[in-house]
Amino acid sequence: MWGLEHIWWVPVLPLLGAIANGVAGFRVPKGLVTFFAVGSTGLSFLVALAAFANLLSMDPSVRAYESVLFTWISSGAFTVEAGLQIDPLSAVFMLIVTGVGFLIHVYSVGYMGHEKAYSRYFAYLNLFMFSMLMLVMGNNFLVMFIGWEGVGLCSYLLIGYYYEKDSASDAGKKAFVMNRVGDFGFLLAMMWIFTIFGSLDYTQVFPVAADKLVYGGMAVTGITLLLFLGATGKSAQIPLYTWLPDAMEGPTPVSALIHAATMVTAGVYMVARCAALFNLAPASMVTVALIGAVTAIFAATMGLYQNDIKRVLAYSTVSQLGYMFLACGVGAYVAAVFHVMTHAFFKACLFLGSGSVIHGMSGEQDMRQMGGLKEKMPVTHMTFLISTLAIAGIPIFAGFFSKDEILLSAFMGHTPGHLFYWTLATLAAAVTAFYMFRLYYMTFAGTLRAEDHHVRDHAHESPPVMTVPLVILAALATVGGFLGLPLIEGGHALREFLNPVFTFPSAPEHAHPSATMELTLMAFSVGVALLGIYTARYYYFVKPEAAEEMARREGFIKSAYTLLRNKYYIDELYGALFVRPAVDVSRELLWKLVDVRLIDGFVNFVADASLAASSSARRMQTGLVRQYALVMTLGAVALVWVWIAMSGGR
Amino acid sequence: METMPLLSMVIFLPLAGAALLLLMDRENEGLLRGAALAVTVLDFFISLPLYFGFQSTHEMQFVEKRPWIEAFGANYYVGIDGISLFMVLLTTLTCAVCAAAIWNAVDKHLKEFLISMLVLETGMIGVFCALDFFLFYVFWEVMLIPMYFLIGVWGGPRRVYAAVKFFLYTMSGSVLMLVAIIWLYYNHGQTTGEYTLDILKYHWVALEPAAQLWLFMAFFLAFAIKVPMFPFHTWLPDAHVEAPTAGSVILAGILLKMGTYGFLRFSLPMFPHATDALAWAICALSVVGIIYGALVAMVQDDVKKLVAYSSVSHLGFVTLGIFALNTQAIEGGILQMINHGLSTGALFLIVGVLYERRHTRLISEYGGVTARMPIFAAVFMIATLSSIGLPGLNGFVGEFLVLVGAFQYSPVLTALAATGVIWAAVYMLWMYQRVMFGKITNPKNETLTDLNPREIAYFAPIIAFIFLIGVYPAPFLSKMEPSVTHLVEQSKIAVSQPPPAPPAVSTLPHTPLSGAKAGGQG
Repeated sequence: MWGLEHIWWVPVLPLLGAIANGVAGFRVPKGLVTFFAVGSTGLSFLVALAAFANLLSMDPSVRAYESVLFTWISSGAFTVEAGLQIDPLSAVFMLIVTGVGFLIHVYSVGYMGHEKAYSRYFAYLNLFMFSMLMLVMGNNFLVMFIGWEGVGLCSYLLIGYYYEKDSASDAGKKAFVMNRVGDFGFLLAMMWIFTIFGSLDYTQVFPVAADKLVYGGMAVTGITLLLFLGATGKSAQIPLYTWLPDAMEGPTPVSALIHAATMVTAGVYMVARCAALFNLAPASMVTVALIGAVTAIFAATMGLYQNDIKRVLAYSTVSQLGYMFLACGVGAYVAAVFHVMTHAFFKACLFLGSGSVIHGMSGEQDMRQMGGLKEKMPVTHMTFLISTLAIAGIPIFAGFFSKDEILLSAFMGHTPGHLFYWTLATLAAAVTAFYMFRLYYMTFAGTLRAEDHHVRDHAHESPPVMTVPLVILAALATVGGFLGLPLIEGGHALREFLNPVFTFPSAPEHAHPSATMELTLMAFSVGVALLGIYTARYYYFVKPEAAEEMARREGFIKSAYTLLRNKYYIDELYGALFVRPAVDVSRELLWKLVDVRLIDGFVNFVADASLAASSSARRMQTGLVRQYALVMTLGAVALVWVWIAMSGGR
Repeated sequence: METMPLLSMVIFLPLAGAALLLLMDRENEGLLRGAALAVTVLDFFISLPLYFGFQSTHEMQFVEKRPWIEAFGANYYVGIDGISLFMVLLTTLTCAVCAAAIWNAVDKHLKEFLISMLVLETGMIGVFCALDFFLFYVFWEVMLIPMYFLIGVWGGPRRVYAAVKFFLYTMSGSVLMLVAIIWLYYNHGQTTGEYTLDILKYHWVALEPAAQLWLFMAFFLAFAIKVPMFPFHTWLPDAHVEAPTAGSVILAGILLKMGTYGFLRFSLPMFPHATDALAWAICALSVVGIIYGALVAMVQDDVKKLVAYSSVSHLGFVTLGIFALNTQAIEGGILQMINHGLSTGALFLIVGVLYERRHTRLISEYGGVTARMPIFAAVFMIATLSSIGLPGLNGFVGEFLVLVGAFQYSPVLTALAATGVIWAAVYMLWMYQRVMFGKITNPKNETLTDLNPREIAYFAPIIAFIFLIGVYPAPFLSKMEPSVTHLVEQSKIAVSQPPPAPPAVSTLPHTPLSGAKAGGQG
């Protein structure tokens, strides 16, 4: 078996794939492109598995390994190494990224098979894998930041993959810029950390955090809030979430990999990684929990009345990420990571399933044109149903376990306001169950509503290269939750594995709920989910006319409907508040007034005045500027010489 | 270095090349181009031993010193330290790239163009190597004339206005600097009895505070105009828009660095107390420049103007780093000088590629170019990402070091400066989108041809350095570190000692202010 010193291959293999396809991809046959891209990712997954097995074989208390390649930046006292580390937390993310990433690569072979820029797609996708793996495997903040901005770049490139479409390139730019707002926070946090710790290495920061920082002090609160600003950008939380729904302009496998399963969970990884800092900053914990809970319900409501199948899923991603931050905010980091994992399974499956639907429907994304696909696409239907049950939180499916653990942690937590967050999150669970089953019924139940008969006749199941990944992901979405089965003998396997990472003096003790309490809460959340499902079934399956009628009705429902359809007008608000003023002020005030009128006005005035006084003014205008310049310079040079020589230096 | 005057060879080879070109037939354009390219490439290669032979100490190296004008103690005195080393290499690389880039771009007086470029190269390298005030000033002025010609003769429609503006701005700064140099010369002569123009002898000599302040201001103005710092920057957009591609590349890549180099070579070591007293104001001005330059860049309709304003923003990071006065900030600043030369140089070359094909620089004339020029799109994207400081590419390392260093000096200013990373993404990606993405709407863009091998060849070294510095900056940082550490330490020592009290009887010589002005304005 390969030792841990080879973990470099995990990120480097996809990088090699990206370079191969980026440089030579457009000259070689498609088969070779596929080989580079899928092969490198598959190998990377195998190496990751070997590394994981290696890690498991180590004693739980010392499960960590660092590997330094070279000194990246060294300037005076500031040194940062290009180093990787593997510990339980990065191992979990590494496996999710390579495993789900590999499946999505395979799926892409089918989904993107007819694209002209096939090699460009895979070059970007492999580059994404490399960046994401650097993000979760770096041994210091700056390497994480390479990955952090790298995934942002790949996201930008892949959202704008169809660059001839303005909406796609707009969405890509929006994603990059909003992420940069978050990155600004990350950057400042790193500087602050360096100022206090003299290093950006995790091992130089986290173990001594409690000694060097005052609990609840300004420094640790400032650092963690700035870090969290970074997380809100990357993980699409309030206030920086509006890029994610637009990001659906990218190819659907990209939405599955980057905008659902992996990249958007980077913020959760970062907060969990910095648990040692966050635990010292109660104010930041409240912020994280509050933002998470509010985002969970806020985004869920926006998903209620979207008709684009991918947009519904996008809002649901924002909402589910909110759950993860809520978990972090109440100190339940294991639950957060658990939900990252199960979410990766079911959300990737949902997105790939929606891709399969779109593929079968000749590119149609509007659910009002769908319906009745249950018979036409049996595999897609079954896997989709499983994942929908998982996200809705129905027992035995993966999402149930992780979501329930988050709700339980919020209920039992110490963070001020935890019952309020619990209420919001429970409400969001009901809404989630509703809009997900609305999606399910609109897509798969009833009869096919497509107006175009070509689309109707053509609707078909996808090829195995696409359905096999669906089946695997659906299987994971079914059994993946058992890792966190609280009743298994010896406790919660994932918790046992991850706990060493989150064990430090500052970690708050969690109260253990009684079995009765746990079961009551569980029953309650399942009941809430069932209520959501039942309502969706009624309005979108049993009596679809009722939904239409309600949408037509005047009054409160109608205005609420309009508000939701327009996503609370947040995009318009940001436009009016930030984008337009920035452009207007820059153009009219800074450029046209300050630059042109004031500064240049002054310069021109001085120049004109001196030229008017000079006899050479006319000659200048006749174009004899060369002589003028020459005379000027020679005059200056001669002056020094003569002046110094005449004054008799020595 | 005793055996071969390597530095002089690097400095004067282009001048010799210019003399050679003078003898050539102006009709034989191929030969002229080939000769110019050969000279600049050769100069680049003979400048490489400067790097490999450079010892990691703060001492001046490759020093050559010969008496020149003994009447007032001027020597031919050149040498490089860890700061000027990279400026010299940047210059030789940029000039070689330019010689390849202008192949078909010059439509008149090719011979004169190439001669100007070669003379300019000698002047620029000379400025970075000179260790004698007189020599420095000669090179400083020599460099101005060919640059002035490049803009004024081969420029666009408003070239005369732009050239004169460039000249007046630069001259007004230079004249003040000249006055300050003369004052220093006399002051030194009268207080020590030694009339010398040796720049290094003026380093870390404590002058009384009031004198330091005035001298500092005089030098500052000359360099701030050159950088250019807000609000002395308005010559830059005009000069860039009017200048031919090679002119813009050299202007942005090298000439602007003379200002920041000047701060490092003169302002910091000669006037440490004044530097210390005014650092906060200059850092604040730098931050204003970062934000202002970025915002104004955002709303430009002309690609070149946009890149020009972005230079104001980028150079703001450099000056912020220099005046934050610690190792990380200054090393970051120097690295940013190199980075800006590479990325902005590349961007101006990119504009040149488009301009050669379409003869317009208006963003609105383009759109959808990627479909016709995929290789160009990749090069453009890399330059764009380098410019916005993407980690893994060169810009990030410099910017980050500047910010880390500046944070020790002032967290608030640094926070404001760091908003630059957001603005840079806004204006660069917006521009890229409007030029490269979308459908081709202008039929003139249908026939665009992708980069040819010559064009790929001159972008290649720049791209290689963009990646190299981003992934492995050690070869750069390690060579500059001793010089920077020395500078920072000496500054600290100087500031910790109280400056001498003003002398009872003023030894201030009569300064020929009016005379200098008259000379300066012909």
